[in-house]
Amino acid sequence: MPSWWRRYPALFVALWRYSITREMQFKTNFILWIIVEGLWFALQIGFMSVVYSHTEAIAGWSRWQVILLVGCSHFIQQIFTAFFLTNLSDISEHIRTGRLDFMLLLPVNTRFLISFRKVDLGAFINAASAVGVIIWALRNLGHVPRPTEILGFLLLSGAGLAIHYSLMFLLASVAFFTVRAQGIVWGYYNLFNLARIPEGAFPPGIYRRVFTFVLPMILVSNVPSQVLLGTLHSPFNAFVLTALSLVTFLISEAVWRFCLRRYSSASA
Amino acid sequence: MGKYLHVFLIGIQNTLVYRVNFLFRAAAGLIPLSGTLYLWKAVYAGKTDGADVAGYALSQMISYYLIVTLVDAFTAVAEDDWQIAADIKDGHISQFLVRPISYLAYRFSLYLSGRAIYTVVALIPVGLFLFFLREHLSLPASPFTFFAFTLSVVLAGLLQFIIACMMALLAFWVLDVSTFIFIQFAFEYIASGHLFPLDILPRWLEQIILLTPYPYLLYFPVAVWLGRVEGDDLTRGLLIQGAWVVVGYLLLQWIWGRGIRRYSAVGG
Repeated sequence: MPSWWRRYPALFVALWRYSITREMQFKTNFILWIIVEGLWFALQIGFMSVVYSHTEAIAGWSRWQVILLVGCSHFIQQIFTAFFLTNLSDISEHIRTGRLDFMLLLPVNTRFLISFRKVDLGAFINAASAVGVIIWALRNLGHVPRPTEILGFLLLSGAGLAIHYSLMFLLASVAFFTVRAQGIVWGYYNLFNLARIPEGAFPPGIYRRVFTFVLPMILVSNVPSQVLLGTLHSPFNAFVLTALSLVTFLISEAVWRFCLRRYSSASA
Repeated sequence: MGKYLHVFLIGIQNTLVYRVNFLFRAAAGLIPLSGTLYLWKAVYAGKTDGADVAGYALSQMISYYLIVTLVDAFTAVAEDDWQIAADIKDGHISQFLVRPISYLAYRFSLYLSGRAIYTVVALIPVGLFLFFLREHLSLPASPFTFFAFTLSVVLAGLLQFIIACMMALLAFWVLDVSTFIFIQFAFEYIASGHLFPLDILPRWLEQIILLTPYPYLLYFPVAVWLGRVEGDDLTRGLLIQGAWVVVGYLLLQWIWGRGIRRYSAVGG
């Protein structure tokens, strides 16, 4: 009987404890980073507010619906930041410095260790502020989501999170082939910007298809938002989002294994 | 002067190493831009009988963002602020203090070389993008407008460099300048007109922002290109822009002097 189901949660807790200890050494910095993220979040809401001061609706989305969308997108992005962003952008460093060799020798799943090494606690506070904005928007819309809608929102946000994770992991694996992969990982950050635009704004065509079926940025926060708002008319997009979360994960796992097999250490 | 030319040429050689990085960065930056443009297209599509937004027809709005991208490629600081902060923190500036070369002029030469390479590299993706949207792109009305635009881009570049330096020089006083740089950048992002043209804001807010130096980094050169600033307004705008450069330069020298007195060459 493998004991992994007890070992991995324990390992996860240990990694968390380490992260908390480390972050609390730099309290001012910790607070300043929360301010930075909060400012950028306010900036996005401000942008949408300015746009809506010149229009009533964008592709069928009202002002508060879009603010909810921005909130939802920020929520997913911050949860992603909390768990994965630093860890995934560190991968190229692990390879460059040879730390990966050390991690490969440890008696745990290397992908697990790499993915969950550090936790960014400040991002949870930012995620909470995003939830605040979502609730604020819902109140202004006079919409009270049913429990099933909330559950659907959380599950589909999870699928969106999984897609971000898998795609960025996939990109980070490029570090096996070139040393300067960090830029690629940060390039991914640009994609987050597409997620807070109402899906109806993208006309049918190749662009829309790429960002729906290959890099599903149009779906990741639009679909959870629509579920929460009760405006998701066909379940097709929800199905695509869920299916893609599995597909991208499987692809990233396959590529990761392939890379590890042809990996021959940094110092060799 | 010759020595700075030399620094410039060495800078060109060093930056050429990052050409792929630059190419990737410029291309990745087009993704959020495309999203913003789709958003605005949807805004205009929702408007009846071709109404405009604060005097911008759709083509002008798209042109605005395209020229912002162009000016940004010409003037934005890439790594300069981080490098200056690192030089101060690691004590690398000591060598400049004992030699007949000004550190800030040295950095400015490197900034110029970085911009030269970046512009050339970014021209490939940005040029393709502009070509793709050429029907929406309005060109300067006259050679004079183009000349005024060029002049204001040069001034914008100087101002951009000065602001970046000031933020970096905070490294004389604080351990980690990154949060300050990001907070400053958030303000710059909105007040320079990167996010949207400032004259779609409520009038009072626009007036307040116009009192700061930020609009002269992007908004003003772009407005000149689009012919939204003409005649006396143009002359006055250029004079104010020049005045900000002078004020900024004096302030920068003052901060540098204070910083140097504090500097103790830790580990230098």
